[in-house]
Amino acid sequence: MTRTLVVVGYGMVGHRLAQAMRDRDVNGAWRIEVLAEEPRPAYDRVALSSYVDTWNADDLTLPDIDGVHVRLGETALEIDREKREIITSRGERVHYDALVLATGSTPFVPPVPGRDLPGCFVYRTIEDLDAIRAAVEKADRPGRRAGMVLGGGLLGLEAANALRGMGLSPHVVELAPRLMPIQVDEGGAGLLKNLVQKLDLTVHTGTSAEVIERDGGRMIVKLTSGVELDVDVVVFSAGIRPRDDLARRMGLATGARGGVVVDEGCRTDDENIYAIGECACIDGMVYGLVAPGYAMAEVVADRLLGGTATFPGADTSTKLKLLGVDVASFGDAHGATEGALEVVFNDAVAGTYAKVVVSDDAKTLLGGILVGDASAYTMLRPMVGRAISGDPAALIAPAGTDVAMGSLPDDAQVCSCNAVTKATIKGAIAGGCADVPGLKSCTKAGTTCGSCVPMLKQLLAEAGVEQSKALCEHFEYSRAELFEIIRGTGIRTFSELIAKHGKGLGCDLCKPAVASILASLGNGHVLDGEQASLQDTNDHFLANLQRNGTYSVVPRIPGGEITPDKLMVIAEVARDFGLYTKITGGQRIDLFGATVDQLPHIWRRLVDAGMESGHAYGKALRTVKSCVGTTWCRYGVQDSVAMAIQLELRYRGLRSPHKLKSAVSGCARECAEARGKDFGVIATEHGWNLYVGGNGGFKPRHADLLVSDVDSETLVRLIDRFLMFYIRTADRLQRTAAWIEAMEGGLDHLREVIVDDSLGICAELEAAMERHVGTYADEWRGVLEDPEKLARFTSFVNAPGTPDPTITFREERGQRVPVQLGIPEVLSR
Amino acid sequence: MTATTTSVVFPLARLQPNRGAAVLLPGEIQVAVFRTHDDQVFALSNIDPFARAAVMSRGIVGDRGGVPVAVSPMHKNAFDLRTGVCVDDPDVSLEVYPVRVDAGMVMVGAP
Repeated sequence: MTRTLVVVGYGMVGHRLAQAMRDRDVNGAWRIEVLAEEPRPAYDRVALSSYVDTWNADDLTLPDIDGVHVRLGETALEIDREKREIITSRGERVHYDALVLATGSTPFVPPVPGRDLPGCFVYRTIEDLDAIRAAVEKADRPGRRAGMVLGGGLLGLEAANALRGMGLSPHVVELAPRLMPIQVDEGGAGLLKNLVQKLDLTVHTGTSAEVIERDGGRMIVKLTSGVELDVDVVVFSAGIRPRDDLARRMGLATGARGGVVVDEGCRTDDENIYAIGECACIDGMVYGLVAPGYAMAEVVADRLLGGTATFPGADTSTKLKLLGVDVASFGDAHGATEGALEVVFNDAVAGTYAKVVVSDDAKTLLGGILVGDASAYTMLRPMVGRAISGDPAALIAPAGTDVAMGSLPDDAQVCSCNAVTKATIKGAIAGGCADVPGLKSCTKAGTTCGSCVPMLKQLLAEAGVEQSKALCEHFEYSRAELFEIIRGTGIRTFSELIAKHGKGLGCDLCKPAVASILASLGNGHVLDGEQASLQDTNDHFLANLQRNGTYSVVPRIPGGEITPDKLMVIAEVARDFGLYTKITGGQRIDLFGATVDQLPHIWRRLVDAGMESGHAYGKALRTVKSCVGTTWCRYGVQDSVAMAIQLELRYRGLRSPHKLKSAVSGCARECAEARGKDFGVIATEHGWNLYVGGNGGFKPRHADLLVSDVDSETLVRLIDRFLMFYIRTADRLQRTAAWIEAMEGGLDHLREVIVDDSLGICAELEAAMERHVGTYADEWRGVLEDPEKLARFTSFVNAPGTPDPTITFREERGQRVPVQLGIPEVLSR
Repeated sequence: MTATTTSVVFPLARLQPNRGAAVLLPGEIQVAVFRTHDDQVFALSNIDPFARAAVMSRGIVGDRGGVPVAVSPMHKNAFDLRTGVCVDDPDVSLEVYPVRVDAGMVMVGAP
């Protein structure tokens, strides 16, 4: 019989529990009800400060979970433990067989006089940030606005980052003598303070707010140090308190410092009730980090399904980027262990601080702190409690952190966010996972903060799963390497390339890939000479192969804008050749059912009417969709159609590792769905926002914001660089999303390369794009003007003009559709 | 080759190296004729048995582990040019047709 699990609370931990149950409960033993206090689905609270980048809550939303009933904006008022019933805030009674409290925590607001004044806020939810934004926008004062954050811990600095994102100068007030007192020591905090003060933050340590007063629209905060701050908003971020009031009312035991007391299986003293995350008190501790919360969610999921999992103990290690500064802290960071020794490297010039704590015999790593550069964290954290060989200083010596993964024991956690051990990852690799995306989906490692991705790569390499970059059996090089070989050597034929740098005759993998590289480098018409033989059938016939061996035709309609006259030509062609006609998702028209010998006749008429290839058949720029923008729309703020047309005409014909899609929206309503594209542009009051790495398809992904509010010229320059960098360095058939995901350093690195020109290649990338734009010619016109190219468009070499007898059609809804050949079906294995 | 009557003749020049073309034999039999880099010619049925479409002649010609193959453009199944056997699934094969080149002309026959 199906039992009912009710989860009270839909934060990250509640979401994880629901997800874990759905993943593991393959027999459907449990029905899941979730009471979510907030008016929106679960979101990534860890990334809350990034909400101010776009003010779009969808960016933070965690994936929906099929088969979980979520009651948004509904809380549990009372719980009848005897009847096992919850009375919700909507007055409904919900029965449970198991109840899990995942109510999280509330911000702690110290008892400062004036803390309830308008202008005082906490930092916890999207609604909190919306309220702060509203107050900031209402505050009307000349000059730069300011805000005060009370609390200089991890959350306080996140809150300061959010204020900075809203254009405020933040003051951070911390009672302890240093920032992040829990995670960082004095040396690290000193450097951290220097680094964040360069970012327009003012840090006040060793002091606290004495009183808050309101003067007109302004907040005057007197600090105990005597300093008086004149700010627009005050944000409390001085710690959290577990939300255990519901548990208290039910009579469940709570800890001395709050939190619902649970055993190692996360069960309260009522056998049907569990508590997980920040509201739980386990082993006398309440954890305010997401990783222990996730671990508890997994424990409960296991228990509900008959398992005996126990809470493995919390890893309170942290690695994060605060205001652009890397900070990491792990293990016994403060050297609290008896006899512990510390080794410190403090480079004030480079802006890095590193400390490792080792046992009294210097043989065991106990913990450490990294500020400014935390790249050693991924290797060091799993080694905590393990023997180290050699000089501990070598672990953090500049440019010396080369520790082999092989020395790591199997039970060491590689991904602490999701508690994935080295053994689990090795198992997944043995089971056939051959790359990082594979490991991510199969073990969840690397899916939360991503800091362990370099280790995943290393484990793959060490497991002997050749992270083979080889394109195929004929070339040992990756696509990116081949691109550089072709670019550097000037080789312009496949036969020369394979003779000098490959082996064998080539195949259906390397030939089209090399053809694409040659085309990206501008090697004349794609069907010139030997290049023609390299092309996949779509590029060979400049049309899209369909299931019955016919092709479809898509003329380019830049930006989706088309005159009635051209529309009529398309309609006449479709009618005269009997082509099935359908509107595409990319604001174009697809004509299906053309035989190879019909293609030139169809294109003759389209080219004569002023149309050109839409490259729907190529790994190339497809279409740049647009909404109607300022020209017609009441809400538009920029001319999205003109921009879309400009971009589509600029990049048409550009061959790339995979198809490229784009869109331009004229305002934040995003009617063109630009964020589902490889590069998407959204108009703002001041210019354009550029998003990169989005796609629909099997694994939909929203594009990430690369730059905001740039003018049209800058926008085009950045897209030039983005596309050329992608074309040069991506793998074969790797969309931009996967390319960015696989890139070491991800979006930040991409931004450094193409916005800040950290590699010094931007001029070269722009020049390459200029060459493309300058040499573009319509491929179909090129075919029609060349009898040799035209000759291939024939049904049978010995009987040109004889139609292929296997192609037949029937009628459906007034149009012709293919009839499958009546031969026995052979199933592909 | 002498045992078969040549049904179809066309100039080798109509075949690009490392590419194929379709020919029509009497009785609506479709054959894909391929020319390799060393000017050998091979002839297989033009119909991809997995996709049930007459598309084999439009596939890429190359090798899989040294075996000369033509790869169906539909779902990328590779077939041995010499035997017609599917490299990915040896239970499936394409009919092989006799073919030769004489004085610059390709001659394809019924089996």
